[in-house]
Amino acid sequence: MTTPAQSHRGVIHDIGYRPYTGPRLGRRYATRSLYVQGLRAAFGLGRSGKSKVLPFLLFGGLVLPTMAIIAIVAFAGLKQMPMDYTEYLSYFGVLAQIFLAAQAPVLMSRDLRHHVVPLYFSRPASRGDYVAAKFASMFSALMILLTLPLLVLFLGAMLNSFPFGENLAHLCYGLVAAVLYALLYSALGLAIAAATPRRGFGVAAIMGGLMITSGLAQIVRGLTGGFSSVPSESSHWAELISPTRTIEGLVNKVFGTGGDNFDKMLAPGTTGVLVYAAVIVLLTAGSYALTLRRYRNV
Amino acid sequence: MNTTVARLTARGLFGRRRILILLAVPVMLLVIAVIARNSAIDKLELAHSILGSLALGTLVPITGLITGTGVIATEIEDGSIVYLLSKPLPRWKIVTTKLAVAVGASWLLAALPTYLAGLILYGTADGIAAGYALGTLVAGTAYSALFLLLGVVTRHAVIAGLAYALIWESLIGNYVEGARTLSVQQWGLSLTKAIAADGAVTAPVGLTTAVWLLIVAAVGATALASVKLSGLTLNGEE
Repeated sequence: MTTPAQSHRGVIHDIGYRPYTGPRLGRRYATRSLYVQGLRAAFGLGRSGKSKVLPFLLFGGLVLPTMAIIAIVAFAGLKQMPMDYTEYLSYFGVLAQIFLAAQAPVLMSRDLRHHVVPLYFSRPASRGDYVAAKFASMFSALMILLTLPLLVLFLGAMLNSFPFGENLAHLCYGLVAAVLYALLYSALGLAIAAATPRRGFGVAAIMGGLMITSGLAQIVRGLTGGFSSVPSESSHWAELISPTRTIEGLVNKVFGTGGDNFDKMLAPGTTGVLVYAAVIVLLTAGSYALTLRRYRNV
Repeated sequence: MNTTVARLTARGLFGRRRILILLAVPVMLLVIAVIARNSAIDKLELAHSILGSLALGTLVPITGLITGTGVIATEIEDGSIVYLLSKPLPRWKIVTTKLAVAVGASWLLAALPTYLAGLILYGTADGIAAGYALGTLVAGTAYSALFLLLGVVTRHAVIAGLAYALIWESLIGNYVEGARTLSVQQWGLSLTKAIAADGAVTAPVGLTTAVWLLIVAAVGATALASVKLSGLTLNGEE
């Protein structure tokens, strides 16, 4: 008969456990996996049918109007595109904002809520890699969303045999604008989404932030005389309140796009261009740094 | 009403410094009103763009969205609603209590600041401030009830609410006349028109229609939310 003292002697038995001895794929592979998984998650791929509905609805909402525009141009026999590439982005950009608001929390908040972030960080991928991978996923997803309609528009212009050189130049302006939007939106969206494990709160905060700053910028611009009969140039500085309008103003000034409307966004002068560019860079870098900081302690 | 549920709901909505983020919105409205007060532009036009477009058109839907879905959708999403549902409380009581908190929050965060902003900007003249305050009050109530229903019905409540507020009310409502009849924002505006002096505010929807639609929307949404909560099935994360 065994006494309790004998049975608790603390012997470790060799039960034939074998550690993994195969090749280890390492940090870079882990980061790439995170990126691919994030990009797929942004479109709901590999998830239930329900979570695919919204991303693809927004995707369709961004691409379908281009088809309509091309059809109108072809049937009405217009001599040029009714909408410039950069204009298209500012008209339908709100759909990309909704996409960001809906999907940034999918990338960030869910990992926080289920406490899996420490599990990621226990692998070779570091906190910098994690944030970089998520940022790259969101950026790529937004780029897909924003550039595809531009390419369709370009294709339509070519089919209607509009001048190639001019269209190519304007397509490039549109692509630059798309890159700026995607960079700034991803940085802002992920920073906000990473701050809260509650998906709903993240969605409302991102969308509310973008919408309210945009409305605020218009009102401040109106207050400073931007919409009077002789618009004051200094009122354009109000655009800096809103990230979206800042990009629009910068692009319109640098490339001379945006039509001849008196109420279009426009960076005031060379100083304006420099300040607007600096604000965009600072906002993007600042939000990215904030996201990075948030993961210092999980 | 159940005070314990109300207290817990309010803590979920405002707790952990969330109140500070929520308060940023009304504070901003007041700051804008103070700046606009010293502007040389026509005050009535300013009042319409600040109280009408910014407050009633943007802040109220966003606040209603956050409070309406915040009181119930977050709990459903993280599954903690089961602890509440397993208590011997009628489901309609849970819905009305949570709705009361949401409505109170939207009044505090949207209607009261709108009234103050109106007073700062325009004073009591023409009943503009009071009119917009009433408009945001009722619109906030209706938005809270509708968005609470959305929170019970769908997991994508915030997105669905945003789609309604942005795409239906702003985008389609701007171009299609008929869409305005089915817009909470326009119903609120009708009440604003009823309070304000003649000719100061224009509203596309008649007062009687607006009042009836408001009542139907708010009561109907609350009733439907109660029914839906009675048969709620909890889904896992998608």
